[in-house]
Amino acid sequence: MGLWRWLSNSLSRWRERAGVRGLFSGLAAAGAATVAPAAVLPDDKAEAMFHVYDGGGVKADGPAFLVRKKLGERVSLSAGYYIDAVSNASIDVVTTASPFKEKRTAWDFGADWLVGNSVLTLSGSTSREPDYEANAVNADVAADVFGGMTTLSLGFTRGSDRVGRTDRREVFFDDVRRWQYRAGVTQILSPRWLMSLNAEAISEDGYLGSPYRAARVFGAFVPERLPRTRTGRAVKLRSLAEVLPDTALRIEARAYWDTWDVRGRTIEIAGTRKFGPQWLLDVSLRSHKQTAALFYADNAQVDTVFVTRNRQLSAFNSLGLGAKLTWKPAAAWAERYGVQVTGVLERKRFRFPEFIDLRNQRPYAYDANVMQVVLAGRF
Amino acid sequence: MRPERGFVGTSLALVLALLGSGCAIKPIEPWVKPYERERLTDPVMQWSRASLADRHREHIHSVREGARGAVGVQGGGCGCN
Repeated sequence: MGLWRWLSNSLSRWRERAGVRGLFSGLAAAGAATVAPAAVLPDDKAEAMFHVYDGGGVKADGPAFLVRKKLGERVSLSAGYYIDAVSNASIDVVTTASPFKEKRTAWDFGADWLVGNSVLTLSGSTSREPDYEANAVNADVAADVFGGMTTLSLGFTRGSDRVGRTDRREVFFDDVRRWQYRAGVTQILSPRWLMSLNAEAISEDGYLGSPYRAARVFGAFVPERLPRTRTGRAVKLRSLAEVLPDTALRIEARAYWDTWDVRGRTIEIAGTRKFGPQWLLDVSLRSHKQTAALFYADNAQVDTVFVTRNRQLSAFNSLGLGAKLTWKPAAAWAERYGVQVTGVLERKRFRFPEFIDLRNQRPYAYDANVMQVVLAGRF
Repeated sequence: MRPERGFVGTSLALVLALLGSGCAIKPIEPWVKPYERERLTDPVMQWSRASLADRHREHIHSVREGARGAVGVQGGGCGCN
């Protein structure tokens, strides 16, 4: 019990620390995606996807593409392209503004180097929409140790965004700087069981709100006022085990906390089963619950320095039920090029007990649908 | 700083104690040999099989929720709201 209390107290003290920026602050780490017996480069592949999100008055759809190819034995290059065509009539928009449409385009590119038992990755991304530009550069390293049973990963992201509003002549008026530190460990526990522990610290500095969003103070709408800094930490533990022949169970749990006093917990449970050589089915259930930011209020009764009515910073919960079906055609050409088709459907339910729908004076809630169709292969 | 000093000091003492008693502890050998890891390359044992689909899903979560991070998807912001 003494050791458990020491561990518990140490974790509590560590959690109470805030605002510390720097390498490995708060543990860092965000997950390595796959574990291999020895370090290997990612496989060559090409993916094309059509995605749809429809919920809460927002519809966003569009194509996305990803290509990855090895150059020789030690280098792999990747590039991606993504479009969101957005039609926005969310509750914020319809109650305080007018519905609108816009398009967001994003590109990303990366290079991986195999060095001994490690993979070094440098990547970058850029996203453009009429009133927001986001740029990020990432550096990651993943090393296999302990006979290939353990993979250690470290990563860093530096982001730089420009914030604007389309109703101004000079669109861009402020910026955001972002630092992300990640670290993780993935461990093979048995021939049929993996676990990984990942953590990440995200620090932001700049304009962190929305220039279009209104807060409510004493019943009157005012522009929201947010702090210009935010530091959040997340720790995620996950397990993947083959519990029956050709059947795996994945369990993930993530804890999040930040300097705005938002605390969240996310739990996901998923089962995967192969049906013969051609079909693979995943079913998942995801639950997210969070507390409100310190300065969140649906209708503030005190005039404070910071105030927001952003429902995503309120205390809310969401539940998602999803299914993913993958089909590999039996033809020889499909086998040769590793062709597979994946369809994903997810139904999500959001409940906001502290955000009032002004149209009916009730706590706001909505359901959303996510649909994805992916065609993948190698070349 | 005092609580941090206590945490660091305790951790350092624990590590030094373990190193100091290294002679008495038998090194742990990897218990899953390379030839036993075939099942780990099976599609059902992958954390992620479709990069684009998983990235899109995590993008939805980061935009629609107040919590983010530790999801294995790097970088990138947007003005989505």
